[in-house]
Amino acid sequence: MNYIALKMLMADRSKFLGIVMGLTFASLIMTQQPAIFLGLMTRTFSFISDLGLPDIWVMDKKVQFVDDIKPMQDTELYRVRGISGVQWAMPLYKGLLKARLADGAFQTCNLIGLDDATLIGGPPVMLQGKIEDLRRSDGVIVDWEGAKDKLAKPAPIAGGKAIPLQVGDSLELNDHRAIVVGIAKVTRTFQSQPVIYTTYSRAKSYAPSERKLLSFVLVKAKAGENVPDLARRISQQTGLVAYSRDQFKTLTYQYFMKYTGIPINFGISVLLGFLVGAAIAGQTFYNFTLENTRQFGVLKAMGTGNWTLLRMILLQAVLVGSLGYGLGVGLTAVFGYSMRHTILAFKFPWQLLVFSVAGVSMICVFAALLSIRKVIKLEPAIVFKG
Amino acid sequence: MLAVSCRNVIKTYQSGEQKVTALNGVNLEIKLGELMMLVGPSGCGKTTLISVIAGILNQDEGSCRVFDEDLLHMDDREKLAFRARHIGFVFQAFNLLPALTATENVSVPLVINGVKRREAEKRAGQLLEQVGLAARQAALPSELSGGQQQRIAIARALVHDPRLIVCDEPTSALDHETGHHVMALLKDMALQKNRALLIVTHDARIFSFADRIAEMDDGLVVKVSDSVALKSAHFQ
Repeated sequence: MNYIALKMLMADRSKFLGIVMGLTFASLIMTQQPAIFLGLMTRTFSFISDLGLPDIWVMDKKVQFVDDIKPMQDTELYRVRGISGVQWAMPLYKGLLKARLADGAFQTCNLIGLDDATLIGGPPVMLQGKIEDLRRSDGVIVDWEGAKDKLAKPAPIAGGKAIPLQVGDSLELNDHRAIVVGIAKVTRTFQSQPVIYTTYSRAKSYAPSERKLLSFVLVKAKAGENVPDLARRISQQTGLVAYSRDQFKTLTYQYFMKYTGIPINFGISVLLGFLVGAAIAGQTFYNFTLENTRQFGVLKAMGTGNWTLLRMILLQAVLVGSLGYGLGVGLTAVFGYSMRHTILAFKFPWQLLVFSVAGVSMICVFAALLSIRKVIKLEPAIVFKG
Repeated sequence: MLAVSCRNVIKTYQSGEQKVTALNGVNLEIKLGELMMLVGPSGCGKTTLISVIAGILNQDEGSCRVFDEDLLHMDDREKLAFRARHIGFVFQAFNLLPALTATENVSVPLVINGVKRREAEKRAGQLLEQVGLAARQAALPSELSGGQQQRIAIARALVHDPRLIVCDEPTSALDHETGHHVMALLKDMALQKNRALLIVTHDARIFSFADRIAEMDDGLVVKVSDSVALKSAHFQ
């Protein structure tokens, strides 16, 4: 009877497409919106992800997320270095600074100061120059996105294209001269501000004068050392707080989840997508069943049981569900791929596929249940009515 | 053995707060090898009676035995199996499945009875040849005339070799000539010694095909006569 179910389903092309499109829409919204949401959330801790070397991040107790800097005294670095199990501990400066551009405009930038000796915490990928070039006088490394966009030099002709910042160009950082010695590729951050890397000592000279300037202490555990145990020891012995990389990521995105309206906004989009998809697909599928009531009645009169009819409807629902889901996820993937070089945040993990399968399945079950109820209650005597 | 034997069959419906008696003690017998027509004004209970005989509705009282089987006391599964195996239907509005080809439509009762699709369609093709539609096996119902659709419906009613064919106004949607051809085909192909035909009709032009005619009124079979008597009475 399966082929009969499928032929019945596809006989009216427009209705068939209507059901599939409804599910495609629902599936698209249920994957695309969360993918953007996850992309945004991932950006909140992209700076932590880019710094792959340290196992532990040490900071002031009051820090709530990676951009919430509560500076510490430089002496804290030595206290951390003195704790057993620490292979090395390096300072990191992270702060916002205004850069004066060639046209006189100001641009807020993320200034990262790396340990002068080891340059630990540097950008993950260098596009131009070398990280060691930071040791040159007034040297800074600028991220590619910032260099070609917010920090770019004005076009020589009015209305022309801005010229990306290049190695050898200069910037003015808080009345200090800075020379671009390298261009790096870094993962976009949530605030999407240009990132400028320099040495820790030079960063302190760029930064407004403060008594405390150490943002983080980056720690590498000795081989075989239990990282959570070491983090706990550092916290206990220094009065600071030490997080493993994953703990710090969690702390950061949880802050954004809790204190921003982002999850609610995206949640509403996903819910609306689910409801609209359910309404379109459910209504069209139910209408399809209503219009085929007589046919189901004929099959019933000729001896087809309710279980067989139920199986036929479920098969129809599974088919339209699979098509709609596949198309929706496919469109989301195409969307994500085509946006990969843009500012749009997008992350599409396998868990999202599971989530959307569950959503589309719920819609299909809902649509099928409405129809199944109608068909099971159907009186086959209907076929004798002219 | 009788094909159908109904004794004091009563069936009532609830219509709002009112009880409507559709069958009010029907007595009817149909013999094997007989073509019985059921006639009467609209609302007299004809459709309800064939629904009870076909096992689609349960009567409230009385007994109705089909090939000596009491359908009332069968469970749903047994009743479905009985209907699928022993009863063929021809409907007024043809009721072909519009998405299926002629061959697929005819094969449906066989598929319901568990015959493999390929074998079912092979047998359906043979039936379509017998009803003169060999050339239209791949046609959809929408591509066929009313007479052709009803011939497919007849083939569908016969393909699984049932013992009782129940026809509801099989000629009412057809013109006189086509209706006559359809009835001739039905009688020629369907009527056998071990099979009975029960036809509900208003169409006096086909009364001559009947062996006997049962007249119904107000939920009762009021008269059973041979076709000649009723036809002459009708046209007087």
